[in-house]
Amino acid sequence: MSVTLALVVGGLTSVGVYLITSRSLTRMLLGFALLGHAAVVALLAAGGEAGERPISGDAPVDELSDPLPQAFALTAIVISFGLTLFLLALARRQAQLTGDDLVEDDLEDRRIALETEAEGDDA
Amino acid sequence: MTSLIGLLVVVPMLAAAIGFVAGERQWVRDILTVGSLAGATAIAGILLAHVESEGTVVLRVGDWDPELGIVLVVDLMAALVLLVAMATILVVQLFAIGQRRTAWGADPQLSGPLLLVLTSGVVLAFLTGDLFTLFVAFELILVSSYVLLTHQGRRGQIRSGMTYVAMNLFASTLFLVGLAVVYASTGTVNLALLAERIPELDDPLRWGIGLWFLVVFGTKAAIFPLFSWLPDSYPTAPTTITAVFAGLLTKIGVYVLIRFHVLTGMDDLGPLILTLAALTMVIGVAGALAQDDVKRILSFHIISQIGYMLMGLGLFTLAGVAGAIVFLVHHIPVKTVLFLVGGLIEEREGTSALDKIGGLAQRQPLLAVLFALPALSLAGIPPFSGFVAKLALVDAGIEKVVVPIVVIALANSVLTLVSMVKIWTGVFWGSGDDESATPIRILRPGHRLMVGATAVALVASLAIAASFGPLWDLGERAAADLLNPSAYIEAVVS
Repeated sequence: MSVTLALVVGGLTSVGVYLITSRSLTRMLLGFALLGHAAVVALLAAGGEAGERPISGDAPVDELSDPLPQAFALTAIVISFGLTLFLLALARRQAQLTGDDLVEDDLEDRRIALETEAEGDDA
Repeated sequence: MTSLIGLLVVVPMLAAAIGFVAGERQWVRDILTVGSLAGATAIAGILLAHVESEGTVVLRVGDWDPELGIVLVVDLMAALVLLVAMATILVVQLFAIGQRRTAWGADPQLSGPLLLVLTSGVVLAFLTGDLFTLFVAFELILVSSYVLLTHQGRRGQIRSGMTYVAMNLFASTLFLVGLAVVYASTGTVNLALLAERIPELDDPLRWGIGLWFLVVFGTKAAIFPLFSWLPDSYPTAPTTITAVFAGLLTKIGVYVLIRFHVLTGMDDLGPLILTLAALTMVIGVAGALAQDDVKRILSFHIISQIGYMLMGLGLFTLAGVAGAIVFLVHHIPVKTVLFLVGGLIEEREGTSALDKIGGLAQRQPLLAVLFALPALSLAGIPPFSGFVAKLALVDAGIEKVVVPIVVIALANSVLTLVSMVKIWTGVFWGSGDDESATPIRILRPGHRLMVGATAVALVASLAIAASFGPLWDLGERAAADLLNPSAYIEAVVS
């Protein structure tokens, strides 16, 4: 696995993780896209040295790239494409409901926390 | 037998596809969903009987070499859990048909087919023999669950849906990276081959893989400290959806945790898993005690119960793993019944907040019975299935002399009972004359079907207690197959 690929995976992951800690859903979406790319590059790197085109039969077997991680990567790309669309739909619905795409607080949890605090003050 | 395994995955998918285009013809969808779920349950029963007598069945999709291709493996553990899961989804779908078009029901045009997609994902997750297909199965389950959770588009659902989606997407990405690491270090993702190759890796790499997948599967299973998405998102979904999620989804996480970590011999992680198990139990039940809404209390209970299954896994002994498997089998129907009763309460009273309901035992004695029996079972009171399952785990803990976890597990049972009593006094006791705010509800014709489905699930969970002897034997054999994977490896590879 080349150092370049490792660095690319690291870079994409760190930017992706930074973005998904954001409260804005569109940023989170971009973060997940980057994380998905990081995972795909990691899968490709797991295949080892790059070689000739596999399956087409132009080169002897020992010179080929490993096709299995490529198949994994393709599947992962398709899935992350679908999920990106779903997240976009979710962000749009949130924008319709509240006017922005920020993740809200868990109201029920806030309420219970406040009640507990109030009880603590009484005692 | 092998063609039956293929049918289990394909039939729900096809039925879902037809269901999506059936338009306004609701009866087509009902026949398709109930029919294919009943079929899946029957096939799961046949497979269990076959595997019990003849041993593991393997389907090689496309007849590829297992090192490269997809294999579906039905061993005893898979067959056992599969049967319970299919029967549970069937019962919930019947409940959903009864509940249709109430304020708490899901949109029938979408939820039926989506439930089928979820079902085929669940089947795939239980039966798959390689990690990548497991990833695809998780995605199938998650994508359909995202839509089921948010399809009504209510504000609370969108809010909690975001947390749910973000947590699970992140875990899925980690899963992919973990796959890359496993493939780079062993050259395969087939579980049987991994059971041979991972124990041969250097300790740091082996522990790294074990910890990495503990986080990935732990997020799905909602173990401490990765549970925060669960109690937030589950209560907002329509009742039937919550019942399926509560009964099944986290248990799939536990199932693969048991399968992967036992098969690949991660015994060294035992103490860590036991610590996490204790924390999961305690935090879950503490959360339940703080809540004052039926569905939220029940959601926190899921987390605490996951702790028990983790405890069995963390012991890494025959009795421990068997206990975890049996606990899993007991937990799925019991939890589902409790959430279905929660749905019935909501349907009758218009809310599931404890302080707004009261005196239901007087007005609805049947509902009180339907709640009381599984609640006692969950808390571990004899003679219910929860008691025997917990006894098995505690026994396994004593056998390996891990005193702290046994003490915590027992104390936790008491706390579970206390939080159940909280629901009981809030919902079923009291005169109930102070609720002028409660509108008088007219029962819909589907009500009988809802109560009937709940009762059937309850009877099934009671039957588990009655037939515990044979079930324990099955669990022990399944655990033995996992702990000593040579038979599993041989069935898959040769």
